[in-house]
Amino acid sequence: MPNDSPLKFEAKNLSREYGHGKKLVQAVKNVSFSIPNRDIISIVGQSGCGKTVLAKMLLRLEEPTSGTLLFNGKPITNEADPRDHWRQVQAVFQDPFSAFNQFFTIRAQLKSSFKLFKDRPSDEEMEKRVDDALLAVNIKPREIDGKYPFELSGGQMQRMLLARIFILRPQVLIADEPTSMVDACSRANILDYLLKLKQELDMTIVFVTHDIGLACYISDSIFIMHKGEIVEQGPPDRVTGSPQSEVTQQLLEDIPDVHRDWIKRGAAE
Amino acid sequence: MATPIFEVDNLRAHYLTRFGQKIQAVDGVSFSLKPGEILGIAGESGCGKTTLVSACMGLYIPPLHLSSGDVRIEGKSIIGMDVETNRRDVLGKQIAMIPQGALNSLNPTRKIKDLATDMILSHDEGADKKAVHARLRERFNKLGMPAEEVLNSYPVQLPAGMKQRVVIGISTLLDPRVVIADEPTSALDVSTQKAVIRLLFELMDQGIIGSMLFITHELPLLRHVSNNIAVMYAGEFVEVGNIEQVIFDPRMPYTQALMGSMLSAEAGHRDKKPVSIEGAPPNLAFPIKGCRFAERCPVARPDCKEVKQEIRIVADRQVRCMYAE
Repeated sequence: MPNDSPLKFEAKNLSREYGHGKKLVQAVKNVSFSIPNRDIISIVGQSGCGKTVLAKMLLRLEEPTSGTLLFNGKPITNEADPRDHWRQVQAVFQDPFSAFNQFFTIRAQLKSSFKLFKDRPSDEEMEKRVDDALLAVNIKPREIDGKYPFELSGGQMQRMLLARIFILRPQVLIADEPTSMVDACSRANILDYLLKLKQELDMTIVFVTHDIGLACYISDSIFIMHKGEIVEQGPPDRVTGSPQSEVTQQLLEDIPDVHRDWIKRGAAE
Repeated sequence: MATPIFEVDNLRAHYLTRFGQKIQAVDGVSFSLKPGEILGIAGESGCGKTTLVSACMGLYIPPLHLSSGDVRIEGKSIIGMDVETNRRDVLGKQIAMIPQGALNSLNPTRKIKDLATDMILSHDEGADKKAVHARLRERFNKLGMPAEEVLNSYPVQLPAGMKQRVVIGISTLLDPRVVIADEPTSALDVSTQKAVIRLLFELMDQGIIGSMLFITHELPLLRHVSNNIAVMYAGEFVEVGNIEQVIFDPRMPYTQALMGSMLSAEAGHRDKKPVSIEGAPPNLAFPIKGCRFAERCPVARPDCKEVKQEIRIVADRQVRCMYAE
């Protein structure tokens, strides 16, 4: 796919508001940023800081109230068919079980993701590409034959969502808290697949999380969000090594790290 | 030495599927808690942590059944009563549970106040509603929550962290001796997680609860919460010891693997690659002859799969591995 712009996304003074008058809530306030091609960007912040709203705007699931958002140098407009956008920008969400239909086999659902394409390949070709995608996330294709979503564990289902991304091969992947339902032992696993997507398929990845530790591990650049604003951005080593903003310092302090004092018994603050 | 409040003695529990298959989800777990003690239980999903919670509370609702063993609170067994008696006399009063999904445990159509009142009235039928409300306000204030505001809210009006704190407040209203916290923070962000842990400590320090069982899959969190840690795998404890021993000097290969999968946010730690544990825990529907971790163990030897593993004492802690040293 020809792509001249070095920037995938570019946002200028982007805002999203809900309600009006006294009940006005500014979920995202005047943020400007750019996301370079083939980078992994992490958006880090507490619950309710607006990170999901921002991710949804990149996905065209939410419309900005004001400001401009450019994708590949062109504004994301609301007139065009949103499916054009979704062919290039795809998402993985927190809960894999709600992303799959309980009443169909996983294989059938993976195959149905080809519906997004304008010209669908032949049936054998589709089967082959589903198999390849499953192998890419280390699952033997025969293992899930005839299985329904509830028969797999959370970690396996999250890998199914990633298999879908290997099938669709979008330019950008928005991963909104993909590891929060997965237990600690398979968390590193999921992150490794994200790195694989970047290295093998040249994907740009926007990783939304509240855990700055995860963000550090995979990203090229971190945005720290607080109350709808981006309060700090930079490469992970600088953000964690010499945090400028109080919010970042607080986030780092709140991580229960094994090597540091975290909480004092009986000391009320 | 203080007498333990909570004793679990060789507890075994199984599920019976409708095809008659028996799944031994908890297999021979023993531990005891002294007043003021917090035991952390770590393990990945599917290792039997949550089944252990039900089993410890004496709540055996089919398909869960008790195989053998005993659970005692202050010397009295809570095993063997029917579900109704257990719910009225044991749960909430002697042992309480803090569930994982605070968002799902509050009724969305009722105010927090009404929900909490119901909970008190169901244990103590003759109580006066006004007195109950006063008691609620007092308790919520004591725990540092804006009582008036919170009690008169519906669950949707509260942020997730506050909801979890409300659930903790309600679960401990009747001053239970033992509290089981089953992943109380896994749905929360790091800052609210800290507030929740602080609240649990507050409850312990004020003497509202006696001792606590804290269950999570986050080892770094356990490091800060508990005195002792038990690592659980496939229904058994595989390593039990204090924090220093289990976190910083693990001997069982499974604990070592768990530690290896941890991520750290400190600068410079970025190149340290976390290693995830390949494969899945064994299917407990089929009896396993040897070590349950042998299939995934990086240092397994040929006879590991053949010999049943017993608890041994290695470097002052219990380990279920015959080659650990």
